[in-house]
Amino acid sequence: MARRIAVEDSHAVALAAKMANVDVIAAYPITPQTHIVEELSRMVSDGEFDAEYINVESEHSAISACIGASAVGARCFTATAGQGLALMHEILFIAAGNRFPIVMAIANRCLSPNINIWGDQSDVMSSRDCGWIQIFAENAQEIFDLILSAFKISEDDRVLLPVAVNFDGFYATHVVERMDLPEEEEVRRFLPPHRTARYKLDPDRPLTFGAIGFPAIQFELRRQWEEALCNSKQVVKEVWQEFGRIFGRHYDVLEPYRMEDAEIGFILMGGSSGTCRVAVDRLRERGFKAGMIKLRLFRPFPKEEILEAVSRLKTLITVDKHICLGGLGGPLFNDLRSLFYGFQRRINVAGFIAGVGGRDIKVEDFEHMFEKVVKGEVSPEKHVFIVRGES
Amino acid sequence: MAVSQEYFKTFRDLPREDWFVCGHRACQGCGEAIAVRLILKALGPNTIVVSPTGCLEIISSPFPYTSWAVPWIHVAFENAAAVASGIEAGLKVLARKGLLEKQKTNVLVLAGDGGTVDIGLQSLSGALERGHDFLYVCLDNEAYMNTGIQRSGATPFMCWTTTSQVGRVKRGNLTWKKNMPAIVAAHRVPYVATATVAYPLDLANKAKRGIETEGPAYLHVLASCPTGWRLPPELSVEISRLAVQTGFFPLYEIVDGEFRVTVEIPRRKPVAEYLKPQGRFRHLTDEDIAKIQEQVDRECARLGIP
Repeated sequence: MARRIAVEDSHAVALAAKMANVDVIAAYPITPQTHIVEELSRMVSDGEFDAEYINVESEHSAISACIGASAVGARCFTATAGQGLALMHEILFIAAGNRFPIVMAIANRCLSPNINIWGDQSDVMSSRDCGWIQIFAENAQEIFDLILSAFKISEDDRVLLPVAVNFDGFYATHVVERMDLPEEEEVRRFLPPHRTARYKLDPDRPLTFGAIGFPAIQFELRRQWEEALCNSKQVVKEVWQEFGRIFGRHYDVLEPYRMEDAEIGFILMGGSSGTCRVAVDRLRERGFKAGMIKLRLFRPFPKEEILEAVSRLKTLITVDKHICLGGLGGPLFNDLRSLFYGFQRRINVAGFIAGVGGRDIKVEDFEHMFEKVVKGEVSPEKHVFIVRGES
Repeated sequence: MAVSQEYFKTFRDLPREDWFVCGHRACQGCGEAIAVRLILKALGPNTIVVSPTGCLEIISSPFPYTSWAVPWIHVAFENAAAVASGIEAGLKVLARKGLLEKQKTNVLVLAGDGGTVDIGLQSLSGALERGHDFLYVCLDNEAYMNTGIQRSGATPFMCWTTTSQVGRVKRGNLTWKKNMPAIVAAHRVPYVATATVAYPLDLANKAKRGIETEGPAYLHVLASCPTGWRLPPELSVEISRLAVQTGFFPLYEIVDGEFRVTVEIPRRKPVAEYLKPQGRFRHLTDEDIAKIQEQVDRECARLGIP
């Protein structure tokens, strides 16, 4: 039986890595991720599980060491945030493109300048094209569950891609929440205690990894990577279904809230979706047909599921915590307007950017966005765009 | 002491097999390719090789071909030591958990000077300080050769490269070569050594001693580069010998902090004999050579070399 515990979200991350029985942890401290690696260090020092904890000298080396460990067949884990993720940037692509299973927790933090340790999504969004499976979690339970399942997804022979599980710096990492901690046996039924690596650095079967790719082959390799990433969606869904069968908590690539008859709906990722749910309830009380989609899987982008979820919607409000500087607003806005353009039915997309640099997004802020849309006050100058020019 | 063991007394002691095999794209007379072949002969097939970006990576792995008969991985330029750290830690924990057949596999880094003394210095320092059990070999051809002979922190004083040009105002590289073995030794690692392909048994023995050492071992190989040094390929080994015989590149090892010269040079030749055959030094005046000679004398005196 699962045990109900009160746990700091960061410790929920560490618990998930421990219950996954990771072999190698390579991590570098960075706020607001520090509590994760501190707790893992404590667990390893106390002998709670057997892992090599590598105190690397940078995040660049953290992800590089994970590649090395993954390449010999070890199950490995790292955690980072903000600048740390940016320092990893170059290696993120190599981890994914050379198909190394790795699980990374990202405590989303604003990228400098100005130096700011608080939460937004500019870190992960600046690495969004790195070819990883990118998942967003809201609270302790979801963080724990999604990290545990990330190992199973990442190591699946049909996938062999690294997985990043994102959650809000401070808003998630530094709060204590209620969580059901499963028993070891339950976890083992879901995730085998050790990885089975079909391709690895093995003297008995020498393989060359990371060869030079000339123009005659590079395009094909890139396309295979893209196909593998897109195909991983099915495995993500399967793994989460199995997770639901074993643990009784059900996850899908997105989570609609009061969307059945909604006319205007929000879409967003991470912890603010909790606040948004309250705003949707309030708007419903005021007589508006409001709804919300919490996007759990950001890459590969679940196109079909989103189209199905918005099939009755008039306007979708995107809430991004990152500005594509010099571009057209936030990443969700860009992806969704792109997705809807050419869709058989017109759906307006109103793009809002909020919560940058740890600025709180309150219930009233969501109501305000909604009201602006209702009043038709959205204009391109304010990063609010409407599909096909309807205003 | 096990580390001073002569594993290979003659060439017959080296295996006939190769694990860095023919068909690679190295230039004629490439010292690096000779060194790699020897090092793998010394270490044998139970070895995992990590190479950062550099000459070695591009000459040996044009997909779908490979010259590596041992498992080999390239990740990026500045992180070979970090990748090796993960490999070593991964093998260690998997062996501990009874998940590997072999209890011990050699972890070997084969890096260039740029990937070691410049962009890879941080990750190397971290790996040395953490004490991973691996052998790191720096194949030092004294510039960024595969990108077209640009200077690195390992480029010698006054040397011509494409980014330390010899012009009217500046005449070649303005800085002295970074002393990488001393930097590694400052980490108090158990084994540090230097080698060249002109003394192949010395090189093979040092590689073997390095890998047999528990903890981090570092081997700095002067890897002659006919293309970048502007030298006829047939003089590649000869120039490596002159580097040693002039005291320009002394051969030594530092075992558990104890320094010893491994190839004694009773009467050092003038450094001009090493510099003169190389096009990269052809602009040097007698005065310049005297200045370099002075530096070599000083360095040899510091190391106790006559």
